[in-house]
Amino acid sequence: MNVSPHPAVEAAGICRRYGRRWALTHVDLTVPAGSAWMIAGRNGSGKSTLLRVLSTAISPDQGKARIHGFDVSDSRDDVRREVTFLGHHLGLYESLTAMENLQVRARHLRLDAARQPMLDLLARVDLAARADDVVSGFSAGMRKRVAIAGLLLKPARVVMLDEPYGQLDPPGFRLIDTLVQTLRGDGVTVLVSTHQLSRTASYCDGGLVLDEGKVVWTGAASDLPARGGLVETLEEGA
Amino acid sequence: MRDNSNPVYTESSRPWTPYALIGIGTVLLLIGSYIGLFVAPAEHYMGDVQRIMYVHVPTAWNAMLVLSVAFIFAVLSLWRGDWKWDNRLESAIEVGVVLSFLLCVQGAIWAKPTWGVWWDWDPRLTTTAVMVFAFLGIMVLRNFVEEPGRRATWSAVATIIAFIDVPIVYFSVNWWNSLHQLQSSPETVSESFHLPLRINSFGILFLMTGVMMIRARLAALRLESELAPPLPADGKSLESGRVPGTGPAVGGNA
Amino acid sequence: MQLMAALRKEFLLMWRTRAQFLAVFVFGATSLLLFSFAIGPNAAALRLHSSGFIWLALLLSSTLSLSESFHVEIEQRAYEGLLLLPTSPRVFFYAKALANWSQLSILGIALIPIMVVLYDAGTDRVLALIGIILLGAAGLSAPGTFYAAMAAQARSKQTLLPLLLFPLVVPVLLAAVKSTSLLIIGDPMNQIRSWVTLLISFNAIYWAVCGLLFGRVLED
Repeated sequence: MNVSPHPAVEAAGICRRYGRRWALTHVDLTVPAGSAWMIAGRNGSGKSTLLRVLSTAISPDQGKARIHGFDVSDSRDDVRREVTFLGHHLGLYESLTAMENLQVRARHLRLDAARQPMLDLLARVDLAARADDVVSGFSAGMRKRVAIAGLLLKPARVVMLDEPYGQLDPPGFRLIDTLVQTLRGDGVTVLVSTHQLSRTASYCDGGLVLDEGKVVWTGAASDLPARGGLVETLEEGA
Repeated sequence: MRDNSNPVYTESSRPWTPYALIGIGTVLLLIGSYIGLFVAPAEHYMGDVQRIMYVHVPTAWNAMLVLSVAFIFAVLSLWRGDWKWDNRLESAIEVGVVLSFLLCVQGAIWAKPTWGVWWDWDPRLTTTAVMVFAFLGIMVLRNFVEEPGRRATWSAVATIIAFIDVPIVYFSVNWWNSLHQLQSSPETVSESFHLPLRINSFGILFLMTGVMMIRARLAALRLESELAPPLPADGKSLESGRVPGTGPAVGGNA
Repeated sequence: MQLMAALRKEFLLMWRTRAQFLAVFVFGATSLLLFSFAIGPNAAALRLHSSGFIWLALLLSSTLSLSESFHVEIEQRAYEGLLLLPTSPRVFFYAKALANWSQLSILGIALIPIMVVLYDAGTDRVLALIGIILLGAAGLSAPGTFYAAMAAQARSKQTLLPLLLFPLVVPVLLAAVKSTSLLIIGDPMNQIRSWVTLLISFNAIYWAVCGLLFGRVLED
């Protein structure tokens, strides 16, 4: 783990509401560059909202956040260049093939969208055989793999994954684990929101736990399994 | 993003102002209408039918005024992000629709005895009719969008776009109609007609302003029920030198 | 350039959903047929009103193709995926509006033969007629794309788009109908110039304004 002096992600007092309900209340976060951070919590605790705020998909109502020094409210485009985000909604075009979805993304990123590099990427997620099939016919897990391939086109310095393990089978789980390890090896900062606590804690440096929009715990990921009660509560959804 | 440090609704120091305006406006309107109906001389060519001008022209001026004001509120709402501009925009749009609709009705009432038809495609009236639909559409838009921030942004944008269209619609209907021009709606012709016009114009202006103020308050109250009030600041900032996440946080948050 | 990438995506999507386009064309053609029943089998009257019918048919059909153009973006939030790359919302708008323009233009041109046959409404000035179709379609596409983006994210999408769009494009309708009519019936005094000027002005204003404000419609 290499911790540089300047944090990749810093947030202070982030609040975000949906109508009458505050989905995030005074969330603070500091993630050193090059490290992996997990964000845990029950459904509805605000994990997705937090990642969406940090990736500039939505703006915070109160508070400030910076990604590599760029403010998420004032310098959205700069933040977007620093962040690659994989959300709940996979951002795919249902009527296009897996290959075409990748090519659309590649061209928008000003990358080479030739067939072979795209096939190589799809091979990394075990979808090379289905490259020319239309996404609307894919299972949820396969769609996820296409989205992961899209992420791999040009991962930015910070990668945010919102419940990446959702809808995947055990080989898919391993795919995510390998993905995170590869990214970290390249010095990428990774944020992962997840229900797979033990699995994620095994490769993360730090983490925080959200409950009803508030941070209830933050610390080194290795400490998390030791907080037995908390883990059980979260994993069993009590 | 919307300004969240302002409270959504503050009680005005003079809450009776709108009611006073409505009262004065109603009185002025009654006086002006009385003069217009019974005191002013009948117009030479059109006779008594022309008397509708005493409400029609003031309504027209005020409708235009309100819609222009709506445009200004829309621009301010987008630029400043303060909720009060959105509340005022909502009231201006509604009052504007009502006045414009009244304008069309008055125009029809004038046209029927004069030309024998309810509608004569006069450019000004036709433009007004198009605007009624345009702003009604924005009212419907506001009803179909539940998230307040989005509702404010979208209706401001739609108002700006609709307002820019007003002169274009007017020109196009004017050209379109110019081949079949009947006569336009009643115009002022001489001094003796000015007094009731002025009185009624101010009457409608005061009435309308009072109603708009009350309507804006309603909008603010509704917004208050829809939107959680801002949270008190917790005093932390990005510069406060927190050590990168090690160790548990202290309980929850302030 | 990102605009090229975005345009390429739009045309790929259009091609992939071409069956839908066929359905919209059938809708437009059916509308043309139905309008004639409103007038009755009076050849002279039908010819006189043919320009109105074709533009009404195009306007009604536009709501279908415009809403479809955003349905594909909303269903998996593909538009968000692209905006976060980052892509400028302006680029996104212009690519989408240009694609919608081409689709509406093709639709309009495809409806011309139907109009000619049903209403005996032909013209020698075919190129000019195509030009009017292009200008009118452009006038519908810019605000149409803008409001389709809004409607796709709101409730009651089907009703919201026509409600917002139709009053706004009255000038386009008037100018396009008049111009088309002058081409079919005859234009001894060259009135078509003023209408074309109006169409061009409307397009200039709305392609600029909608592009400028579009970021507000997609961002949260």
